[in-house]
Amino acid sequence: MCCLTDSVKVTTDIDSLRSEIRDKSVRVIDVRREGDYKQDHIPNSVNLPLATLLSDDSPERVLKLVNSLGIDDETPVVVYDDTFGALASRVAWTLEWIGHSDVTLLETTYGNWKSLGLETDSLTPEISNKEHSLNLQSNILATSDYLESAKLRDDVILIDNRERLNYLEQHIPGAVSLPYRTLASNDGILRSKEDMKRLFDNRGIDGDSEIITYCGSVGTLSGLAYYALKSVGLSKTKLYVRSFKEWKNLAKPTEKQADASYWDLSAE
Amino acid sequence: MSISKLSPSPVDSAKPKINWARVDEADNFANTVKLYRQGKYDEDSFRRFRLQHGAYGTRMTSDYAMVRVKLPAGEIYPKQFETLSRLSEQYSIGSAHFSTRENIQLHWVVLEDVSEIFRSLAEVGLTSREACGNSVRNVMCSPLSGVCSDEKFDSTPYALATAKFFLRNPMAQSLPRKFKFNFTCCEKHGMVRMVDVGLIPEIQQINGSEQKGFKIFLGGGLGNRSFVGHQLEDFTPEEDLLYTSIAVMRIFDRLGDRKNLARNRMRYLVNDMGWEKFQNLVLKERAIVRATQSVVTKLKVDTTPDNITRPLKISDESGGPVPDGYARWLKTNTVKQKQSDYRSVFITLEAGDITSNQLNSMANLIREFSSEGKARTGFVQNVALRYVHEDDLVPLYSKLLETGLAKSGGLTMSAPVGCSGTTSCNLALTNSHRLAKEIQRKFLELKLDDDDDLTDSSIKISGCPNSCAQHGIATIGFFGGGGRLGKDMYPNYQMLLGGRFDADTTLGQTCLRVPAKRVIPVILKIIEMFKENKKSGDTLKSWIHRIVNDSEDSNIKSIGDIKKVLEPLVVPPSKDDDPDFYLDYGSDTSYHTKTGKGECAA
Repeated sequence: MCCLTDSVKVTTDIDSLRSEIRDKSVRVIDVRREGDYKQDHIPNSVNLPLATLLSDDSPERVLKLVNSLGIDDETPVVVYDDTFGALASRVAWTLEWIGHSDVTLLETTYGNWKSLGLETDSLTPEISNKEHSLNLQSNILATSDYLESAKLRDDVILIDNRERLNYLEQHIPGAVSLPYRTLASNDGILRSKEDMKRLFDNRGIDGDSEIITYCGSVGTLSGLAYYALKSVGLSKTKLYVRSFKEWKNLAKPTEKQADASYWDLSAE
Repeated sequence: MSISKLSPSPVDSAKPKINWARVDEADNFANTVKLYRQGKYDEDSFRRFRLQHGAYGTRMTSDYAMVRVKLPAGEIYPKQFETLSRLSEQYSIGSAHFSTRENIQLHWVVLEDVSEIFRSLAEVGLTSREACGNSVRNVMCSPLSGVCSDEKFDSTPYALATAKFFLRNPMAQSLPRKFKFNFTCCEKHGMVRMVDVGLIPEIQQINGSEQKGFKIFLGGGLGNRSFVGHQLEDFTPEEDLLYTSIAVMRIFDRLGDRKNLARNRMRYLVNDMGWEKFQNLVLKERAIVRATQSVVTKLKVDTTPDNITRPLKISDESGGPVPDGYARWLKTNTVKQKQSDYRSVFITLEAGDITSNQLNSMANLIREFSSEGKARTGFVQNVALRYVHEDDLVPLYSKLLETGLAKSGGLTMSAPVGCSGTTSCNLALTNSHRLAKEIQRKFLELKLDDDDDLTDSSIKISGCPNSCAQHGIATIGFFGGGGRLGKDMYPNYQMLLGGRFDADTTLGQTCLRVPAKRVIPVILKIIEMFKENKKSGDTLKSWIHRIVNDSEDSNIKSIGDIKKVLEPLVVPPSKDDDPDFYLDYGSDTSYHTKTGKGECAA
């Protein structure tokens, strides 16, 4: 359990998840592709490929999906992926957005779960539909319009979670660069709270500001950052879920690092 | 249960012998950055502090730093490679850069993240402390020390002990300027005359017994003005190594110019004072140092031999097909060691760049193939994997192919050195970094690495007159500048010919200015001239040396003759005729020179 009073539990550790699975007191969501899921997965988990969610992520559609996975307002949900937590974060964030409060990320990836020799299964569990209410949490979502006006405020920090080279090449004016890989530890999808706090503290990212995160296209890398911030109690955070792709499509202003041609390894 | 307890961790047979790090420096750095951002630290003091800790400024911005990680004597272990791989992804641009002084650099690091890098480096015993600033920079040692068949003894332990002695030593915290030590194995493989203190191991018979020691060269160095170092005395016994080093540093500390930073490296002091006077001062000072140590001050030289164990192979990979290009690679990238059945394998990187994936692969390659369990960085932005058993060379080559590390020509002219240039340096005028890569690609395409006439030559390219790429000692050297036709500017290079860094160390002579986009045709033309005029047994290097020494008798007798042939190639076309000519490599916007403040002299 969490011990810092100002932090929020955003991950579930392996031991806890295993006992919750045994107690059948949790709904585990595997967000990998259907084919991967069918091969093997954490026992009793259900499959919600990120692409399925993204094909239509309107609140009504999400609600339908959530109901079909047997999740009601009270069901504790744990999400995992095999993509350093970014895809799981995007799904978890969407659940939060429609008003589900008890959702966390598995502390590690499925690949690591398997390499630790923990139990897996290829059976798809029988699920009966449940009824989840809709209670949209607009305060965790940033739209492009919102971002455009918020950017002008002094108490807003905009964070770009793409890789540093992408950022140097082009970014939303005023954004700071915090590549998603910075948020992970050697074997967990997120650093320990102490390490995370120090990282943000060094960067002057603190509770006094509202924080908006974005990444390349659909809010996965920045979704992970959303949980990284939340893990140390920085809860005044919004995800610009349509991210840089939309920003560019809308032909809004961008910025690049001037007077340098940096390294050109990315092409190789 | 924590995850790390469960994860299988690879077993490394070799562990770093020396921990160079101090983790409290990470906290101190983080706090100082905060104070600086709050305006409680003035620019100059902060810059000195930052540099002392190995964080260099970045082109035209104060938001980013470059972290220069020191690898004393070039030694690097698998876990250290893995950490650098992770750090390059987390805090840099997914790649790292090998320097010409056995450092490895992470560029485009957010200043506020530098302390996080220090913290991770400390976990694997590495530091960037005193990698920049007015301190004793990374102590270099030939990548072949310990395996070279021409060496008198292995100088690696002495290089490590010297690095250890001066790191964080109060006497080396505020020198007039940076101070560099190079140890080598033999005349051929080192750069001892191009550095403040250069050392070649030497053995003398004294009273019937063998005495270890060094030939010490002082006051050399490359830069805006370059000088060749002078030999201090015939032979310096090993117990005098530390006293000599201290004496030289004390003289430099006392008499070095602290005002005119543009010309205050020790070589200027030696030049201004005259060698004999300087030599006398050193010898006298050494007597004082020897006589006045309040406690016995000694280098802690650890000469315990390394454990050499050929890694076990799980599957037998020998007998497989020999991949294409193997013979060419074997010839141009490997050196037979004095230990029978072993070779040192040089991995050449384009202008020193290495991706985070490749850094990770390096860790595995060491574990799988190096019987000493570590690697050594070299003088030309490369890495050497030593103690590779002859029978493991084919499997190693196959693995290198998979990871894009199998470029041939590593020990030839087709692996040019290029400093970082306008990719990140404040002083640069041209993208020397990219030009070095373009030359390498062209040479490999033309298979020039396989040409025996070209192996002992070198190409070195700096992005400005300062000599980070050591252009002054290249067979063909270049340094960047701007050219102009009417009001249109184009990237341009001054070309020097005939530099060398062996026992006959000489600085290159200027030949002519070559526009960036004409550098490759000009080099190829020089090779063509050489082929037409060479004598039997000639290499490009020997031919050019005859020319610069006025002892050539064929059609091309002088630098002036070469210049005449090349002149038509360097005439700038109009911008309308050839717009590409006006762009630097790696850039799609018009060329203009723009520089900031350098930090070499800070």
